[in-house]
Amino acid sequence: MVRKWQFIESKNRVYCNGRCITGQNIGILILALFLITITSGLFFAFDCPYLTKELSPTIPVFAAILFLSVICCILRTACTDPGILPRATPDEILYLEKENSQNITLAGQVMVVQMRSGHTLQLKYCQTCKLFRPPRVSHCSLCNACIANFDHHCPWVGNCIGLRNYRYFYFFLFSLSILCVYIFVFNIVHIALRAQKNSTVADAIRETPATMIEALICFFSIWSVIGLWSYHTYLICRSITTNEDIKDTWNTSDHEENIKNPFSRGNGWLNCFGTLCGPLPPSFLNLRTIVQQENNIPMTTMRMNDSLQETTKYHTGENGISNNRVRDSSVSNLPRSFQQQQQQQQHQERYLPPDYA
Amino acid sequence: MEDTTRLTNDHSIKLFIQRDYSEGTAVKFQERFPAELEGRIDRQEFIEILRDINRFFADAEALSCTTFMENCCTCLTGYLLLLCMPTHYEKCVKRAAKYIDEKNESVLNPHGIFMVDPMEKGLRCIEVCITNAHR
Repeated sequence: MVRKWQFIESKNRVYCNGRCITGQNIGILILALFLITITSGLFFAFDCPYLTKELSPTIPVFAAILFLSVICCILRTACTDPGILPRATPDEILYLEKENSQNITLAGQVMVVQMRSGHTLQLKYCQTCKLFRPPRVSHCSLCNACIANFDHHCPWVGNCIGLRNYRYFYFFLFSLSILCVYIFVFNIVHIALRAQKNSTVADAIRETPATMIEALICFFSIWSVIGLWSYHTYLICRSITTNEDIKDTWNTSDHEENIKNPFSRGNGWLNCFGTLCGPLPPSFLNLRTIVQQENNIPMTTMRMNDSLQETTKYHTGENGISNNRVRDSSVSNLPRSFQQQQQQQQHQERYLPPDYA
Repeated sequence: MEDTTRLTNDHSIKLFIQRDYSEGTAVKFQERFPAELEGRIDRQEFIEILRDINRFFADAEALSCTTFMENCCTCLTGYLLLLCMPTHYEKCVKRAAKYIDEKNESVLNPHGIFMVDPMEKGLRCIEVCITNAHR
């Protein structure tokens, strides 16, 4: 069975037959997982037995819950489609060119959208994806795709952070902060308890060297993780993305009136609620759709360029000639009749909910 | 309308109804009647179909208590609940797809029009195919 993920155009990697999609470089993700697992493993092996005996058996239980939630969240963030927009099909490109009555090339063009709230948005044309980027969409050069609500490309997670995995990223930061603090605090408690018994801190450290290693790792991680978590909490309350914050999109003082963020719901709590508990669309890529071979769907960039060249060459001019050329290019790409369409509908898998990445 | 603007092959003309971003990034399609459909179908009927599709997606994107409860529960189960049942959004998308199927069969196909489910295009646009056979 040939599925759509096999024809993906971005630089993402796809695993589990279309169920998981990550960025191109997952080396740092593996390093992050390794670090988290090693630190937690050392904690469970060296600190927990002593602490369970001296204090309470609930300590390793909470640590285990935290560790599992960190792993769950990081894997969920890494393997979820961040909101990759599928590239425009050749027919769409031809239609856009046709609507572009000025006969100027689409690259560099800007579509102006007047919002109900009074804001004016400028949608730029993406040369790679061949579409006008919707609001808040940005093109990630590492993944080579336009991502909805693009926040940033996180190397630690090996994926872009966008519309569909932002909340998992946020909960990953949250649970990792708590885990770091938890391990650090109980490392200190462990050393302190041993020092009380043996009366010197140095002796206590000599007895459990692993505790010091963990404490050091946690100490250095805490600042960055908690810092990042607080930064994202601030961003969520203002309902802006990292990308918009860096570019200062909603706060330019060049204009006379302050451009307020049109996507903010006005209230910090509502913004949090909307971002973290709001509705989540399914993946736009439909990676697990079965592809009919007659569909002729694998469009390589080469063919798209060909069709575009044909359009620009013969678009203007006499009716007869241009009609013929346009017909040739569209026939070679996606010939569709109603009968074919209906056949495809019967064979194509529609959205199977458990399959969504 | 100039003949050069028709994307013709032997079978169909394709036109695309784009997204309407005037109210934000929520999924909403432009409720406009494309000129190519003039004479094939009643203007109001077509716009009504687009309005109904927009209503399904507005329901999907609404911030309601149902969405809140659903997301809280999925969060508490470590997002494992997502493997077991479809989300409210996915159900709405399915309903929209079913509605489009019904309208295709009952109203659009007899006029030589075929509307493609926007989910197949990644919710970027609604593709409408018009056959030449009925011209």
